[in-house]
Amino acid sequence: MSFFDVIIQTLDSTIRLSVPLLLACLAGLYSERSGIFDIGLEGKMLAAAFAGAAAASVFHSAWIGLGMAILVSVSLALVHGFASITHRGNQIVSGLAINFIAAGSTIILGQAWFQQGGRTPALAPNERFEAITLPGAEAVRSVPIVGPIYSELLSGHSLLVYVAFLAVPFTWWVLFRTRFGLRLRAVGENPAAVDTAGISVAWLRYRAVICTGILTAIAGAYLSMVQSGGFVKDMTAGKGYIALAALIFAKWRPVNAMFACLLFGFLDALAIRLQGAPLPVIGKVPVQLMQALPYILTVILLAGFIGKAIPPRAGGVPYVKER
Amino acid sequence: MAEAAIELIGINKSFGAVRANRDINLEITRGTIHGIVGENGAGKSTLMSILYGFYQADSGEIRVNGKPATIRTSNDAIATGIGMVHQHFMLVDNFTVLENIILGAESDALLKSSIAKARSELERLEREYGLEVDPDAIIEELPVGLQQRVEILKALYRGAEILILDEPTGVLTPAEADHLFRILKQLKDQGKTIVLITHKLREIMAITDSVSVMRQGTMVATRETKKTTVEELAELMVGRRVLLRVEKGEAKAGEVKLSVKNLVVKDQRGVTMVDDVSFDVRAGEIVGIAGVAGNGQSELLEAISGIRKAVSGSVTLDGKPIDLTGAADPGELRQRGLAHVPEDRHHVGLVLAFEENENSILGYHNDKRYLKGPLLDVDAIMADAKDKIAKYDIRPANPRLKTANFSGGNQQKIVLAREIEQDPGVLIVGQPTRGVDVGAIEFIHKRLIAMRDQGKAVLLVSVELDEIRSLSDRILVMFAGRVVGERGPEASEGELGLLMAGVEQKEAAE
Repeated sequence: MSFFDVIIQTLDSTIRLSVPLLLACLAGLYSERSGIFDIGLEGKMLAAAFAGAAAASVFHSAWIGLGMAILVSVSLALVHGFASITHRGNQIVSGLAINFIAAGSTIILGQAWFQQGGRTPALAPNERFEAITLPGAEAVRSVPIVGPIYSELLSGHSLLVYVAFLAVPFTWWVLFRTRFGLRLRAVGENPAAVDTAGISVAWLRYRAVICTGILTAIAGAYLSMVQSGGFVKDMTAGKGYIALAALIFAKWRPVNAMFACLLFGFLDALAIRLQGAPLPVIGKVPVQLMQALPYILTVILLAGFIGKAIPPRAGGVPYVKER
Repeated sequence: MAEAAIELIGINKSFGAVRANRDINLEITRGTIHGIVGENGAGKSTLMSILYGFYQADSGEIRVNGKPATIRTSNDAIATGIGMVHQHFMLVDNFTVLENIILGAESDALLKSSIAKARSELERLEREYGLEVDPDAIIEELPVGLQQRVEILKALYRGAEILILDEPTGVLTPAEADHLFRILKQLKDQGKTIVLITHKLREIMAITDSVSVMRQGTMVATRETKKTTVEELAELMVGRRVLLRVEKGEAKAGEVKLSVKNLVVKDQRGVTMVDDVSFDVRAGEIVGIAGVAGNGQSELLEAISGIRKAVSGSVTLDGKPIDLTGAADPGELRQRGLAHVPEDRHHVGLVLAFEENENSILGYHNDKRYLKGPLLDVDAIMADAKDKIAKYDIRPANPRLKTANFSGGNQQKIVLAREIEQDPGVLIVGQPTRGVDVGAIEFIHKRLIAMRDQGKAVLLVSVELDEIRSLSDRILVMFAGRVVGERGPEASEGELGLLMAGVEQKEAAE
């Protein structure tokens, strides 16, 4: 295999691995930009992964699976909203509770319904979102350089991958070019300004957490219905938290979020590729160290290598009308 | 013919057991500037919040331009032509001026047309009212005066014919305040109606056509500004005669208690804030330090009280030096008889989340009187707090109440009671009456004079020139970190004003 092929393959898995991070990161962006911190991305993703795979295998439809994933994830997002918007509760506590509920209930329900040790049955091809071949991919395959980039790297991904990357410019457009986006950004900075302008703070924030719910659902569905052929317990493996780290790294901006998630995805891909392979100079690196690399990077980046990341000013603070 | 822009009839509003507004009747004539004065907690802000739809009245009627109006939300208020400039600006700091102006008044779901419309409308408003501001500037990069202008523009953009301003000059420099008043006059000339809420009587006299006075939730009087006086308004606000200038006898200055020699202090950025300052404070006198805010007074106070490092110079208390390396123990200074009432009571003077009784011993909590073995003597603390509450008329008289729930004046009394009741030899006071009501100001001033008459040394720093002139036996003026002049209490306001503005000493004297 040529060096070029190795690069193409590594980048290809970078894309696949960064998709769930990217979707979760954008999900967090909507919520946090509106002033609601959401540590429960992880739990919502996990619950959606389970709901999606379970519904897809029962109803034999990927689309019903995705619908169920969205339903469950949005419901959890609304629970978080109810606790932190309506009842002005502690957003960290509420988010953590959702993570615990999701981690426990997916295993219990999975075992009760499918008796496969918390897994869902393996999904048949029509129950998953399968790879899409972009037009002309086969025709250009033999063209040097450009051919493999188009046919290997860009073509041949699942629909949800394209959704994730299209969500980046879409989110940017929503945030900076629409009325909803203006108000969303405003409510995360100074909800009193929004309130006195005659806009409902609560309704605006509820809409933001619903957006979060939908995007985490797609992230979860991607994990169980694209990346693997079914739900496995704890399959999110901390991706929700890494997405939050990426969100801070990206300073709550959508395009930055994409690059941050691609970076994390790339490290993941690198870790997989370099497993067992001896490196020049250093020699053989233990697998565990390579696997830990993305997490180590997260710590280093967050510890201050990213400059000053200023979160939305009203983030985490419940809005109370003052006298 | 004079018509009423706003009529309030029989407005009542209660928060739990507190009746914030009782049977308020008010008529505001169109095209005038109407002042509403009252102490903190008199119900001014509640009344205006009802008018702006932030709260709803329990009973009563609002009429706008003669027609009954139902105002349930801020949107309703905006629709009836009422705009409000809040005391704390309702702006998104990292948005541009344009974004702030269109927020909530966007013309459709996409921003492009809203922005274009706002830009041309803003140009029109600029031309008509002389309200110039860069539409693409970021709010947090604008000075406070301009931020306030954006608030006014926001209201005008929404078509406000009636403009309510809540304590608009609290954050402004005198020059910015003058500019604001010119703008308000211009708005009045264009037919707008302006309601000005304030507790600064001087502003009322300077700009309003008529004035209403509120006290404890009721509307006690409405006067034509021309036919009233500051003294009458102050009396109406407080409900009794108020001495705007405390009476005091001659000072009997004794030995030097506090001596500052060649003190130099730099701030965090390394800028010299106090530059070679020397003075003495004697027993039985009040030395006032006048100056426009930011000329080194704060740093001077902090250095003397041992909480800020000095670069050079010395400070002695009763002849013994104070540690100026920034490592001084404020507790030790307190034991040596140096009490400090800090400028910023919210962040330095009090822990707002604590109960009143806890704050009333804070800093003296290791004192034997408040201890029972290794534990706090709760009974003694409570008795002590009750005693101070009675002596200083702190309201509400509840030592278990959270300090944040007291008004500014009462919070200041808590700090003063704590420091004065320790019977210190030297009292350093920063901005003793900032954000404090007329009635409480009188009380605080009397207390400080009483301290002096007991033979204590008092160092007073205030940006309120009236306060400095009425209390001090000697006045030092600070400008750009230096003491630029010393005057007696008889010095005229104009003379001190020139010194404060940094005009050469020779010109200022004589």
